[in-house]
Amino acid sequence: MSEGVELSDVSVNFGSFRAVNNVSVSIKSGEFFSFLGPSGCGKTTILRTVSGFIAPSAGVVSIGGQDMAGIGPNRRPTALIFQNLALFPLMSVWENIAFGLEVRGAPKAARRAKAEELLRLVDLPGAADKAIAQLSGGQKQRVAIARALAVEPKVMLLDEPLSALDLKLRQHMRTELRAIQKRTNITFIYITHDQGEALAMSDRIGVMSQGKLQQVDTPKNIYENPANGFVASFVGENNVFKGKLEDVQAGVGTFLAYGGEVLRARVGPGVKAYSEAKLYVRPERVTLSPLGATPRRGANSAAVKITSVAFEGNFISVNASDNRGRRYTVQVPNDASVWVPPLDAEARLEFDPDKATVLQDELAVRDSEQGENTRGRQSFALEFAQ
Amino acid sequence: MKEVVRRYGLGATVLMVTLTAFWVLALIVLPYLFLVDASFRPFLPADQVGGPNDHYTLQNYLTLLNPNATKDFLFLSIPIHLYVFFQTVALSCLVTMITLALGYPLAYILAKVVNRRSVATLFLILLIPLWISELLRSFAWYIILAYQGPLNALLGLFGAGPIRWISGYNGVIIGLVYTYFLFMLFPVYGSLSTLDTNQIEAAEDMGARWWQIHRRVIIPHAKPGIASGCVMVFMMCAGALFVPKLLASPSSRWFTEVIMQWFFEGLDWNTGSAYAFVLLLVCTIFVSLVIRIFKVNLADIAR
Amino acid sequence: MRKPTFTKTLSNGFLGLCIAYMVLPLIIMGGAGFNDSRFPSVYPWHGFTARWFVDLWNDQPMLDAGINTFFLALVVVAISVPTGTAAALLLNSWQSKARPVLFGILIAPILTPGVVVGISTLLFWKEFNISAGLHLSALGQVSYIATYVMLLVLARLQSFDKGLEEAALDLGASHGQVMRRIVLPHLYPAIVLGAVLAFFQSVENYNITLFTRGSAQTLTVYIGSMVRTGFTPEINALGLLFILITVAGVIYVELRRRRHERRELKLEALAAIEEDKDLQGIAA
Repeated sequence: MSEGVELSDVSVNFGSFRAVNNVSVSIKSGEFFSFLGPSGCGKTTILRTVSGFIAPSAGVVSIGGQDMAGIGPNRRPTALIFQNLALFPLMSVWENIAFGLEVRGAPKAARRAKAEELLRLVDLPGAADKAIAQLSGGQKQRVAIARALAVEPKVMLLDEPLSALDLKLRQHMRTELRAIQKRTNITFIYITHDQGEALAMSDRIGVMSQGKLQQVDTPKNIYENPANGFVASFVGENNVFKGKLEDVQAGVGTFLAYGGEVLRARVGPGVKAYSEAKLYVRPERVTLSPLGATPRRGANSAAVKITSVAFEGNFISVNASDNRGRRYTVQVPNDASVWVPPLDAEARLEFDPDKATVLQDELAVRDSEQGENTRGRQSFALEFAQ
Repeated sequence: MKEVVRRYGLGATVLMVTLTAFWVLALIVLPYLFLVDASFRPFLPADQVGGPNDHYTLQNYLTLLNPNATKDFLFLSIPIHLYVFFQTVALSCLVTMITLALGYPLAYILAKVVNRRSVATLFLILLIPLWISELLRSFAWYIILAYQGPLNALLGLFGAGPIRWISGYNGVIIGLVYTYFLFMLFPVYGSLSTLDTNQIEAAEDMGARWWQIHRRVIIPHAKPGIASGCVMVFMMCAGALFVPKLLASPSSRWFTEVIMQWFFEGLDWNTGSAYAFVLLLVCTIFVSLVIRIFKVNLADIAR
Repeated sequence: MRKPTFTKTLSNGFLGLCIAYMVLPLIIMGGAGFNDSRFPSVYPWHGFTARWFVDLWNDQPMLDAGINTFFLALVVVAISVPTGTAAALLLNSWQSKARPVLFGILIAPILTPGVVVGISTLLFWKEFNISAGLHLSALGQVSYIATYVMLLVLARLQSFDKGLEEAALDLGASHGQVMRRIVLPHLYPAIVLGAVLAFFQSVENYNITLFTRGSAQTLTVYIGSMVRTGFTPEINALGLLFILITVAGVIYVELRRRRHERRELKLEALAAIEEDKDLQGIAA
């Protein structure tokens, strides 16, 4: 019913531009797998390569163990849901859903029955004879899913299908998509630049940048243990320190920030001692306490002045700066037991070494990182250039 | 071509290429080449075609300059065919300018002054003459301009006229303007309707006078449409056959009539071809001039 | 907003004059078909008659020319519509440096005087010992009428989402099925308009037909030949028929357009209602 997808050393070139660079990943049967990355990172190209619209310049795409080279999109066991859905505007809802069966020569009664069945599955009963133009955005989404399911694909490919919906509906559809995937047990490969979507729905996520796969892991690991600076700053927010890693003992290193601070943090994969690196710590991993309180043992700490306090609902966003001029972002949980500093207060800022990570300073990914800054995310890792 | 096969499959691609190739080769390029070829060959009896006398020559083109038949123009004595040729080109330019002078304000009114809903109806009315044959449209003016026709009768009421309209090229100009007016109106309207009205209002807001707004904002935007209209009207005027036949006095000929004469009366297809090629050349020059002057491209003109 | 009333009056006046200028000659021409005078005229008025319509119906050469014209137009439609459509699809999907060149060649015929097209067609086919006749008229007319079809289809292709083709392919359709079920239905309005335009262009064509027809007659050539032999108000009767057909066609198209517009608006309103329901459903 469902099949795995295997990419081995896949590269795709458009002229001299390498859109996908040597990507290998093994997606398991029945898995919900997301490719996450900024626009232009090559994730859509990967999806189109799997669906057969693009032939890889090098490498092998196989589905269910079978090499797909030379097999056109209309003969692959995949179904693609397009970013703009690509519903056929001149056909009714049921004709859209049954199109895949129609081209396979199924009789009309069977097509109609299958369409009705799928409309019930996507919770849109009674819409069979409607025109596409009279559906809401969410309903169109469901029709697109039903149309893809109708051909009983082994693998479902989704190209940011929720991006056109407004926020509330998008969150609602996330749960629904995940539920449909669980129910049908089809392999889902999902493309998105929205980290929230990827984290919420996926079994595993592949983070991409500039055509390269940066990290493949579970959502929790991607967030907690990013493999490099790009992943850390693309997924979630961070306070970032530039500096140099000194010696490393039992996975914890001493980090000399260019501001002069000596900090301790976990050392991420591939970071060599005495080399340039960056230290990342998430705003929600940083705590603030009144200056007079006892410092936590072993924590990194700095004396700061609060520069802004903004209430965000489930948390309070606090900006602070120390006497060197370094600025920090801190998320204080909205919880009566936690101290919320007033504006202009002096405070002690702390974070534990095991909550901060030293990662490779990836110059290669810097450009796209900055390009993506304004897109899709409210705020971004703060870069401190001294 | 690979991308076409990928998109439409081999069968459809072969079909599309075949049809297009047939059109390009058999209906466009090769016939033009044969026209050029024939225009450089002498007019010979059938049995001598391909014989020793069948060599390339400029004779057919020189016929245009034949000094034996001349026409006095001002103080010059000009070969008659050349005279007709220049008359045709000059009058075609004149007609183009008249249609532009009438068409631009009308297109502007339709695009920017009249409310949206009545435009649809107005267009339907304007469309009707477009679908009716050129012949019948010019025939209407044959009736109107008749010496004892309605126009002179109307003038008579005011104590003017009667005027002999169908003499010299007067009738031709009137007829051509009417017949091809819509070919100016529609492209100009097409480009004006894409102009954001806010731009006009912004210019007004900044204190521009109406003529400044037209010169600096509206006309620059309408350039592709104006270029397209000018090319179409000029080409159709220069190539018109029936209107001059119907509405000119017999002594005032159009260049196309001379071409026809070579073909059907002189049976000299070679000289006819040379003249036809000259006509084509003039139209090509006109198109390239318009493209140069208006700084537009070919795709703007073909719409 | 200076002197809005003055500007408005001026432009309405100009507009009225232009409409009258376009329409009055046609009314005069049609009206002359009812004038009981031996020459086509409306002034002086000799009294009302329908005899020119009767004469038109009994005019055998005219009728024959009409039949020729009709079949010629059908042939032209049958060739120019597929050719123009094929070229448009090719131009739209072909990615090559030669594309603008091909485009230039394909629009050349509408920028060429009909006389030139007619003569070159005649000369080219003479080379293959194919002499003049309506078959050559058809080929000559196709050469420029196909350009109109192509331009219409190209314009329609601008609004076509290539994703629809890919979606159909992805759902397992063959290339042929994509063409039949997705591409051609989308192009349908442009193709129909192209076919109608091609038919009328062929019926109206004078210049190309005159050079290529050989000894066959078409309506326009027959009418054109009357410049020498003299006109009768039969021509006006014929003209009136053409006008009526056109007016009927225009009204039909307009009614359909309005119906379509109403339907679109209704669907849009329904979609907006669904949109609201969705959001309420989530809130609840």
